[in-house]
Amino acid sequence: MYRTILVKYGEISLKGKNRSQFEDILIKNMSHALKGLDYQKISKAYGRIYIECGENWETIVRALKRVFGIVSLSPAVKVELDLEAIKEAALRLMQQRANTTFKVQARRPNKHFPIGSMAMNQEIGGHLLRNIPGLSVDVHHPETELNIEIRNEGAYLYHTTIPGPGGLPAGCAGKGLLLLSGGIDSPVAGYLSLKRGVTVEGLHFHSYPFTSERSRQKVIDLAHILADYTGQGRMRLWIAYFTEIQKALQKSKYPDLNITLMRRMMLRIATKLAQREGALALITGDSLGQVASQTMESLHVINAVTSIPVLRPLIGHDKQEIIDLARKIGTYETSILPYEDCCTVFVPKNPATKPRLEQVLAAEAQYDVDALVDEALAKTESVAVSSAVQIFS
Amino acid sequence: MEVYLDHSATTPVDPEVLAAMEPYWHQHFGNPSSPHLLGAEASSALTQCRRYLAQALRVYPNEICFTSGGTESNNLAILGYARAQYKPGHIITTAIEHPSVLNPISYLTASCGWRATLLPVDSSGKIDPGDLSRAISPDTVLISIMLVNNEIGSIQDMAEISRVIAAANQGRRQKIVFHVDACQAFGSVPFDISQLKIDMLSISGHKIHGPKGIGLLFVKTGIQLQPLLFGGGQEGGLRSGTENVPAVVGLAKAAQLAVSGFEEHAAALAALKTRLVERLLMIPETFVNSPPDGASHIVSIRFEGIKAEVLVHFLEQKGIYLSVGAACSSRKQKASHVLQAVGLSPEQAGATIRIGLSPKLTMEQIDYACQAIAASVAEIRQIYG
Repeated sequence: MYRTILVKYGEISLKGKNRSQFEDILIKNMSHALKGLDYQKISKAYGRIYIECGENWETIVRALKRVFGIVSLSPAVKVELDLEAIKEAALRLMQQRANTTFKVQARRPNKHFPIGSMAMNQEIGGHLLRNIPGLSVDVHHPETELNIEIRNEGAYLYHTTIPGPGGLPAGCAGKGLLLLSGGIDSPVAGYLSLKRGVTVEGLHFHSYPFTSERSRQKVIDLAHILADYTGQGRMRLWIAYFTEIQKALQKSKYPDLNITLMRRMMLRIATKLAQREGALALITGDSLGQVASQTMESLHVINAVTSIPVLRPLIGHDKQEIIDLARKIGTYETSILPYEDCCTVFVPKNPATKPRLEQVLAAEAQYDVDALVDEALAKTESVAVSSAVQIFS
Repeated sequence: MEVYLDHSATTPVDPEVLAAMEPYWHQHFGNPSSPHLLGAEASSALTQCRRYLAQALRVYPNEICFTSGGTESNNLAILGYARAQYKPGHIITTAIEHPSVLNPISYLTASCGWRATLLPVDSSGKIDPGDLSRAISPDTVLISIMLVNNEIGSIQDMAEISRVIAAANQGRRQKIVFHVDACQAFGSVPFDISQLKIDMLSISGHKIHGPKGIGLLFVKTGIQLQPLLFGGGQEGGLRSGTENVPAVVGLAKAAQLAVSGFEEHAAALAALKTRLVERLLMIPETFVNSPPDGASHIVSIRFEGIKAEVLVHFLEQKGIYLSVGAACSSRKQKASHVLQAVGLSPEQAGATIRIGLSPKLTMEQIDYACQAIAASVAEIRQIYG
């Protein structure tokens, strides 16, 4: 019965002159999500996007549930601008909903149509009450709300609204570089950034042979999962060569500061890479107080090496909230695979929770920091992660 | 030079095995249950392989049930026998069994009202047959004990264990059934099923240069099992599902190579192991976890102060592949239950590697590997200071 899906996208319809730019990105991302599926066209009209499809509306809705920017999806019936046709469609739709309370909610952006919203509510409401036994009206808390939108191209009727993921269309907010460790938190931080429209590129610090090929593959797998949320099914992943830095840090005269020193090195490399690649911010999975490197003192000392914004979308999240999100987006099972990462192979016995900047600067004085950073950056490789299956190609 | 030293994890398929299997993928590809000629060809291959394996194990062909591998064989033996009992009973096993024995037993105790006893082992990885004798109670129905341990290579004293069980079975109305996991033993350690009064025995294909996805369970005539898989009634109703004919052919061929070359392989393995252990013990602070009288193809060894997984990655760069003694989880070292059971501390377990040998290795390869291991251990110890 449904041949149209009506897409609402709330927040971006408020964006003034940029609106059409946002809408175009959203439509591009939607088309990508619908690639290979059967539908006639995607069109936009003021504040709404319509998809004309066949009987496969459930498949279409499912495919769009990961497209950021979509607030809700409603399978709708489209009829011509004629009162009798609207009545007939309303009857067909509500016949599935006998024995409920309902109200009719008409809107009329098309002022050429002769019947006003209020009159339409009464006309259709009366028609339904006369023809469907067991229906009753409740204008305050109806179980079913039959929406009728009178637009230039026709009238749309729907009573079901399926929530979308919300947020802003991926790719509308500039580029950010996500420090992707392979743990539970950083992919979630990436997801939340994608949700606000950031074009996310990943940066992983690889310490082979202290960490394994598997831990590298695990990060690529995580990037694959995140790529599903990037709008275009692609994500750039940078893999920095961190081995020499790890080896150098093992020789530190202040082993308790190793995690702090390591994080400062990571932020330095990330900052340089971001500047080179045109990323405007760094993104990390830090959650305040979760581990030694995430105390306020540590964040302060670590953050001191960079002058570009460091976004920390999880800063106020509890571990359980992060785990729940990781499960929801599908990264949890990959994140908990037991491969060593740089933090497990090199973790000092008693990492400092309250490092002080003077101490850290003293500890760094024994290294040629710039040379180490430049070497790591020079050996950084780029992996284009996309949803394509590689085993057959 | 490439040196694969992880034969306890899996082995490469022998070229002769591959050649034997080849026509059964596309030429004699019929379903053994089909009534036509192609079906008959496949069925005949299956029958011959079953007959050959029965001869090799000195049992009857109808006592061989093909499965998807060691895990399924162990599950079928334990769950299949337990579910055929009219009420829950008691199972005895050891603390160092493979998870495919321990986990079905945990399931039975957690969800089906069974009791289980896990016998401890001494530092050489062996149970005390006296412990077994004392653990047997009137409701004991099943004893499952592996012949060769997959992590340290310890060999159980099966003759003595068999005597204990036989003694307990004297005058018992329902005999206690004896299952042996021989996945790591077949081809390396000789055993006699009838002599040891074994009722069920598991074997896996890919540990003996055969293909993955195939194994067998010997089930002595008269032992009733509940199937795990229901369907078309293949394997005498015990294991439904179209028979994996190419893999069965591969298993039979691999078994044939293992049996016909047994003496030669055993001598080669013993020489390789002696050389390997000798050379590795020259590295300072090195300790062999495997018992001296263990199987010749498994060597568990530790280098104090190193992280085994780091050593593994150093060695893979030099073309040497071996295994760690403990699984590393992302925040904590989780020692293997076997290394724990033989009394190693988590640090010692974390410093342990496992070497799985094959008679096909050469002395040159062993020397190269030992040299590389010594160099890598020294390098890692130097980095970690």
